[in-house]
Amino acid sequence: MRFVDEFRDAEKARVLSARIAELCEPGRQYKFMEVCGGHTHTIYKHGLEDYLPETVSLVHGPGCPVCVIPMGRLDDAIAIAEEPDVIMTSFGDMMRVPGGRGSFFDSNAAGADIRMVYSPLDSLKIARQNPDKRVVFMAIGFETTAPSTAMTVLRAAAEGLENFSIFCNHVTIIPAIKAILDSPDLRLDGFIGPGHVSTVIGCRPYEFIAREHGKPLVCAGFEPLDILQSVYMLLLQLREGRCEVENQYARVVPWDGNPKALRVIGETMELRPYFEWRGLGFISQSALQVREKYAVHDAERIFSVPGVRVADPKACQCGEVLKGVLKPWECKVFGTACTPETPIGTCMVSSEGACAAYYNFGRFTRERVKEATRA
Amino acid sequence: MTTQDLGANIPTRSTQAGWAEQAVAEAEREGPHIGREHLSREQQVMERIDRARARKARVKEPRITLSHGAGGKATHNLIDAIFLEAFRNPELEQLSDAASVQVGSGSNQVRLAFTTDSYVVSPLFFPGGDIGELAVNGTVNDLAMAGARPLVISAGFILEEGFPTDDLRRVVASMAAAAKAAGVQIVTGDTKVVQRGKGDGCYINTAGIGVRERPVELNAANAAPGDVILVSGPIGDHGITVMLARGELDISADIVSDTAPLHELTAALLDAAPATRMLRDATRGGVATILNEVAAASKTAIVVDEESVPVRPEVRGASELLGIDPLYVACEGRLVAVVPPEQADAALAALHGHPLGDGAAVIGRVVADPPGLVLLKTTFGGTRIVDMLVGDPLPRIC
Repeated sequence: MRFVDEFRDAEKARVLSARIAELCEPGRQYKFMEVCGGHTHTIYKHGLEDYLPETVSLVHGPGCPVCVIPMGRLDDAIAIAEEPDVIMTSFGDMMRVPGGRGSFFDSNAAGADIRMVYSPLDSLKIARQNPDKRVVFMAIGFETTAPSTAMTVLRAAAEGLENFSIFCNHVTIIPAIKAILDSPDLRLDGFIGPGHVSTVIGCRPYEFIAREHGKPLVCAGFEPLDILQSVYMLLLQLREGRCEVENQYARVVPWDGNPKALRVIGETMELRPYFEWRGLGFISQSALQVREKYAVHDAERIFSVPGVRVADPKACQCGEVLKGVLKPWECKVFGTACTPETPIGTCMVSSEGACAAYYNFGRFTRERVKEATRA
Repeated sequence: MTTQDLGANIPTRSTQAGWAEQAVAEAEREGPHIGREHLSREQQVMERIDRARARKARVKEPRITLSHGAGGKATHNLIDAIFLEAFRNPELEQLSDAASVQVGSGSNQVRLAFTTDSYVVSPLFFPGGDIGELAVNGTVNDLAMAGARPLVISAGFILEEGFPTDDLRRVVASMAAAAKAAGVQIVTGDTKVVQRGKGDGCYINTAGIGVRERPVELNAANAAPGDVILVSGPIGDHGITVMLARGELDISADIVSDTAPLHELTAALLDAAPATRMLRDATRGGVATILNEVAAASKTAIVVDEESVPVRPEVRGASELLGIDPLYVACEGRLVAVVPPEQADAALAALHGHPLGDGAAVIGRVVADPPGLVLLKTTFGGTRIVDMLVGDPLPRIC
């Protein structure tokens, strides 16, 4: 497949792998966090860790949009879905996420009308086809997906589709990274920056990470060679004593981001004073809400939302996993009470979640896997 | 960054998730790892997970959800905990595609295969086939995978009020054509009509009886280290075709369903490789699900080489866009065979000798450790686990 296979070339990976090994100082342990869940997925899907020396470990960060939604927020969404004449629409990943009282799937089975869509525009289509229903789109994601939600709101406004609204859960990446940098129990050597988010916000917003926190960041693409190259670039910075923001994903990410996308977000949404993040707690100025001007498309203004927090079970250590303090398997309930079939923490739900990725793709100790796959 | 920083604005009302607290309490009751202290912490965790996976299946959900029909873990739990629990008998316990029934005794004994399957595919008509053709081929294939020659099938229809008669004629005509092509007769049937809105046009159930003329014993539990895994052609065509035919995705690709009767192919394969351990058609849940079933039943590991798995570029491209793995996508005319190494070449040659098997390939092999696991050597050169599917990427594909 063109534009894909080039970035999965095993021969090039071997060359990069050797160079990575050369750059590692003997006896030193390296920890890099890939912020984005898309990277976590790529790492496990392709078995990328097989190419890294044992002294380089990858820590899975908080950038999975599904994983950061707190249970209470999902209960709110279900409460909206259970209102009369509502059709709730959601990305597939969200359907199995458990709230305090079950998931969208469970609510659907109990009689609510919750439909999977592939784009917010599909949801708009449903609103057009069902003028007597109130269609709500469960909007989730970082700056990556916010522009398409914003465009959908603008289009709904232009068409006067008053039966369409969004339940806005869009979050912003920088406050989450700040929360991690401020966490006292964390030791990281650098960041693999979130490529998709950066197509919108660019690389400039990360500069404080290098400048103020002394951690290098390489904005990375999503194919396995992209990530290997980014690890190489981080190690090279450390070896050369540099600490910068670099752009490995320049084929897609402009340094200054996408002004058009930022404009439509700004037109329709504004920062909330605070928002609860699963595992990270309340973070100020970290999420978006619909502007007053588009109140008619804002589900939070249309419906009465319970807004009750649901505390995570004490044994659930999603927060530590999201912050990279714990490896997924170090969580007390990993793989026993919490499995992909019955996820307790959201890290286990989405295939981008650190725990689900680890459970599905890397559950067995590497030695046994290596032994089994030896030709 | 924490709650305290934000002062009095934070909502203080909070509650607990009862179901989660309960699950945690249950897991904690299982206790610590007495006597396993010599293992590394990671190994202890892996052992605990093994125990959790080996636990008796339970259906915790108060209602049936779409995942229960997806062919993955939830379906297995449902079958184990509800159906098998109630109907338990040695024949059913094998959970094979078709049951084995013996009639008569001594030299008059006849070994029959008996199976049933229901079809709810949406849309009813798709490139390369329709629900009628699927309903015949699916049941023919379930019999073929048991090593049987299909003889007769039944057809039950559940029709929705308002369903166009012409559509029904089309469906029935293609069933007749498929039955003729497969050399079976539709000898009994049933019709029900439900009110508008209570069905989706047309659902079909078929059951089939075949005769096992070959002295082969096919059972997933027989797979042994050294065995070779074959597929009979490119995988995922059917699932992706149906998905795209729904028109929800604005993606188009030049592919058609692979629906086909496989009884001639299995006959040729079993003639060439009579020691074949197991045959399965890779329907719902795809090749990955079958391999997991084989690994679990035979307590072996299966190592698949991603590069050697035949996948059409169109299917790969669409899967890449949809974020799904072709290994989990349904086929309706592809089989997976586990064959002992000494008969692997003959088996592959036999598949290649039939038009429905000309894309056949060896995709992996069986090894001893770690038991119950399917491993993939990725094209990129890494390794990963291919687990049973959770959730439903593509509902109502057959």
